[in-house]
Amino acid sequence: MEFAELIKTPRADNVVLHRPFYPVVEGTLCLTGHHLIFSSRRQDNVEELWLLHSNIDSIDKRFVGSLGTIIIKCKDLRIIQLDIPGMEECLNIASSIEALSTLDSITLMYPFFYRPMFEVVEDGWHSFLPEREFEVLHSVTNEWRLSYVNKDFSVSPSYPPIVTVPKSIDDEALRKVAMFRHGGRFPVLGYYHKKNGMVMMRSSQPLTGTNGRRCKEDEKLINATLRPGKRGYIIDTRSLNVAQQARAKGGGFEQEAHYPQWRRIHKSIERYHILQESLIKLVEACNDQSHNMDRWLSKLEASNWLTHVKEILTTACLAAQCIDREGASVLVHGTEGTDSTLQVTSLAQIILDPRCRTIRGFEALVEREWLQAGHPFQQRCAQSAYSNSKQKWEAPVFLLFLDCVWQILRQFPCSFEFNYYFLLMLFEHAYASQFGTFLGNNENERCKLKLPQKTMSLWSWVNRPQELNKFKNPLYEANSLVIWPSVAPQSLQLWEGIFLRWNRSSKFLDESYEEMINIIKYNKELQVKVNLLRRQLAELKTDDEMQESL
Amino acid sequence: PEHLEKLPLTTSGCPLVIQCKNFRIVHFVVPRERDCHDIYNSLLQLSRLVRYDELYAFSYNPKQNETERMQGWELIDLAEEYQRMGVPNSNWQLSDANHDYKICETYPRDLYVPRNASKPIIVGSSKFRSKGRFPVLSYYHRDKEAAICRCSQPLSGFSARCLEDEHMLQAISKANPVNRYMYVMDTRPKLNAMANRAAGKGYENEDNYSNIRFQFVGIENIHVMRSSLQKLLEVAGTRGLSVNDFFSGLENSGWLRHIKAVLDAAVLLAKAIAVENASVLVHCSDGWDRTSQVCSLGSLLLDPYYRTIKGFMVLIEKDWISFGHKFSDRCGQLDGDPKEISPVFTQFLEGVWHLTEQFPQAFEYNEAFLLQIHEHVHSCQFGNFLGNCQKEREELKLTEKTYSFWPFLLDEQKKYLNPLYNPNFSERLSILEPNTVSFNFKFWRNMYHQFDRTMHPRQSVFNLIMSTSEQNKQLEEDIKELELKLEQQKGKQPNAVFCKEPLLSVHPMSPTLKTSECFKKEQPLLPVNESIRTIEGSNTADNRYSEYMEELAKAEPAVVSLEYGVARMTC
Repeated sequence: MEFAELIKTPRADNVVLHRPFYPVVEGTLCLTGHHLIFSSRRQDNVEELWLLHSNIDSIDKRFVGSLGTIIIKCKDLRIIQLDIPGMEECLNIASSIEALSTLDSITLMYPFFYRPMFEVVEDGWHSFLPEREFEVLHSVTNEWRLSYVNKDFSVSPSYPPIVTVPKSIDDEALRKVAMFRHGGRFPVLGYYHKKNGMVMMRSSQPLTGTNGRRCKEDEKLINATLRPGKRGYIIDTRSLNVAQQARAKGGGFEQEAHYPQWRRIHKSIERYHILQESLIKLVEACNDQSHNMDRWLSKLEASNWLTHVKEILTTACLAAQCIDREGASVLVHGTEGTDSTLQVTSLAQIILDPRCRTIRGFEALVEREWLQAGHPFQQRCAQSAYSNSKQKWEAPVFLLFLDCVWQILRQFPCSFEFNYYFLLMLFEHAYASQFGTFLGNNENERCKLKLPQKTMSLWSWVNRPQELNKFKNPLYEANSLVIWPSVAPQSLQLWEGIFLRWNRSSKFLDESYEEMINIIKYNKELQVKVNLLRRQLAELKTDDEMQESL
Repeated sequence: PEHLEKLPLTTSGCPLVIQCKNFRIVHFVVPRERDCHDIYNSLLQLSRLVRYDELYAFSYNPKQNETERMQGWELIDLAEEYQRMGVPNSNWQLSDANHDYKICETYPRDLYVPRNASKPIIVGSSKFRSKGRFPVLSYYHRDKEAAICRCSQPLSGFSARCLEDEHMLQAISKANPVNRYMYVMDTRPKLNAMANRAAGKGYENEDNYSNIRFQFVGIENIHVMRSSLQKLLEVAGTRGLSVNDFFSGLENSGWLRHIKAVLDAAVLLAKAIAVENASVLVHCSDGWDRTSQVCSLGSLLLDPYYRTIKGFMVLIEKDWISFGHKFSDRCGQLDGDPKEISPVFTQFLEGVWHLTEQFPQAFEYNEAFLLQIHEHVHSCQFGNFLGNCQKEREELKLTEKTYSFWPFLLDEQKKYLNPLYNPNFSERLSILEPNTVSFNFKFWRNMYHQFDRTMHPRQSVFNLIMSTSEQNKQLEEDIKELELKLEQQKGKQPNAVFCKEPLLSVHPMSPTLKTSECFKKEQPLLPVNESIRTIEGSNTADNRYSEYMEELAKAEPAVVSLEYGVARMTC
């Protein structure tokens, strides 16, 4: 298919653009295969807007006479309006945008066409190889091994080719366990807590069904992670009720009788359309400036967004607490082990492991616990808050994770190497990007699409010093402690940087952030200067004394 | 304390809960029930004193001599403040009509009125206004030549009018050379104002006054505010609160709605002056609660001076203390009518806090400053906020018998400086235009959970920036000093070429260097900010550890509840 077929009117003049916080501008609108481009084309001050079609969440059109208006709602929650003279032009452009923003084939997406304008110093596709991660683990414990049992994705289609499992469990056993777990997602290592050797594993639900099937290998596998005489915790991210209902569909949960050394805790984290609806409601509430206080608060409440944040954070804290405070190993799973499970395991690591609070460590975490672990980004992020398709698989699972990180970052503003903009950037790229990183639903699909060969990795771009600077937290000071966030509702806040971003000017807040950076920069300069002067003075004195002694 | 409660006896003793006016909640467990009973009764009596001279301010002795004490009381001079605004001038003058509190007991002696408002007009107008509180100047905007005036409601009933009062308003509008139209802002909800007519009070009839535009702005009365705060505190005080309970509680309390109403009124007032050059007369019923809120917040939006530490003190002194906001009644300083208690001043502080959140660089002071003022409005440690009006304060001889709060606050001002404050900000933007869309209003955790550290961020950006900018000042001085020494040292050196060289070379451990004076100094000069970087809440009790762990709580011995962590309290 040629993009040209979809673009009936590639260009329109005298188009008027309305955007939040900017004065209205008139200019020319162009459509290309992947971008909507608007340029004021004024000699003195050219203003341009480049919008990826894949960033467009929904599009509305309306007419007053022959003047058409297109309202474009983006996945990054921005809303822009284009006034296009001429009914036919407007209709053509609207239908082109609609077609181009909903392309079926992944290989037609922009990342396959994007050629970077920067020099690639480090290929992000190879920045976080499991083998290298394992080396770090291997240096502290030899109880684990890498397994290649899934190298052709036949054991679990949503698992990566390489996983970390207990050394004492062979691949044959893994195959059997995979048969007993939803989607073949047998328990694998998520995190090793160096401080006490406790671990966090993740998997999908066991397929016990109504007749209480059991699997000796499964029991053996997870027991292999326990120290003699120790107990572990299984954190099921579903309520007991939901977990019990799952049995009717062949799923289920670990029976006490078969897992006597494990204590099961049910924590209810919502999933799928409930989360999607929550996002839609929240954004709706934020976008309506006319709400009076009562209405705003009740809309905010009714969206349940912060309730989800609290649920997820609480469960992550619980997992972290079992490991760090109780000295127990933990297995986390929900149904498929690709959504709430990953929210919990990745947040627990941020709480426990200072490495995950660095930029590289966080990237590695996203790579390991989200991309490799098979969170279906393609499905979940296909649409954002303005979708009306109500597909079952769309859900802001990753955005909720980022929101939780933001909450912890707010409570520990000096403990993270990255700033809010870093999280914002990840949100944007998860939904629409020129990079291939978030394409596909799992490693299997990425492999088939040959993404590493055909597209650029987000990390290749982010990890260049020029870019990194924007994402560095000036307040950061490495801190090796476990950081326990407060989950009280009074401590949780609406993430203004995302949800109010296009609804109010952040000029004064941005300026004060700049000022803060300046104070810290200035401090560093002064320190350098003081030390230099001291050294100079000391040298002079020494020379003096030397001369005197001569 | 605001509220005492004795809970049923437990095995460990008799629990005693003290709820303080600064929103601290302290739980004590007294081993013997008898003792608890005694403590309870004593506290009950001591927190409900009957006479002013029993209050702490009359026994508080900070070891200052008499001159220092008097100087403290003279720190803030309102005559000076009116001069700063530019009055008296050709349109406004100081009136001695109330010099003996004959016209209005609850006003100060010195009042500023339009030059063409004669004494008979003043007297006549005052008789037509509730409690004699006739229209007087609160703030004069020098550039716009427009004024904020304040008063109480007119005694208009259904049809009464008063020529002197009409003249008074006309005098105010004539005192504005730019815009003859003036606004009359009734800060009450229309329904309340109408109900007042039945009692012979009410609001201005536009037909009787020339050149006025009359407007209601709908701020609720002290009783609504009192119960709103009560509801807010009930919600905030609930343990294990769900997000939805919190938000619905917040909504039901109406608290943020009230704060928004107050700020909206202030914005309206500031706009009338800044955009339309119009003078505004503000009143409510008696003109000492909502009127004080709106006048002071409006002035704060208009005048950068009130965004400085000294200016803010002046603002409180002017619009709250001198104009007779009934601090004693509203804060329940003495045992009195509980229906008189209302968080009107707290709301004003919260309004200011919301502004500091929107304009982080516009204020010289920080949140701690607001919290400290709130603390001492209730502490009765200083004389400033005792009594209900100036006359009462004079009768109590507060300046002779107590100390003023302001010099103490000013002494500690280092703690209250906003490190991000940019004085040039006001040059660019002297009038603040806050965004009052509902989503900008947040629950003020640091006020209502001031003492519940578990809910605060564990690391404070603010403290870090504050100490960094303080350190910067120190380093700048060090550099000056070092450069001077270096100059002197170079002067001693015959060989000038030689001094450029050592810049780069380092002799790390040369014996002379080790003992050299400046090397020794290096350690304390570059302190590691341990105190700031430390993370609070690395122990379990600090962390609502128990909250994550409902299921495990039974198996584990219950974690000591934070509220019982009495030992860690510093009172």
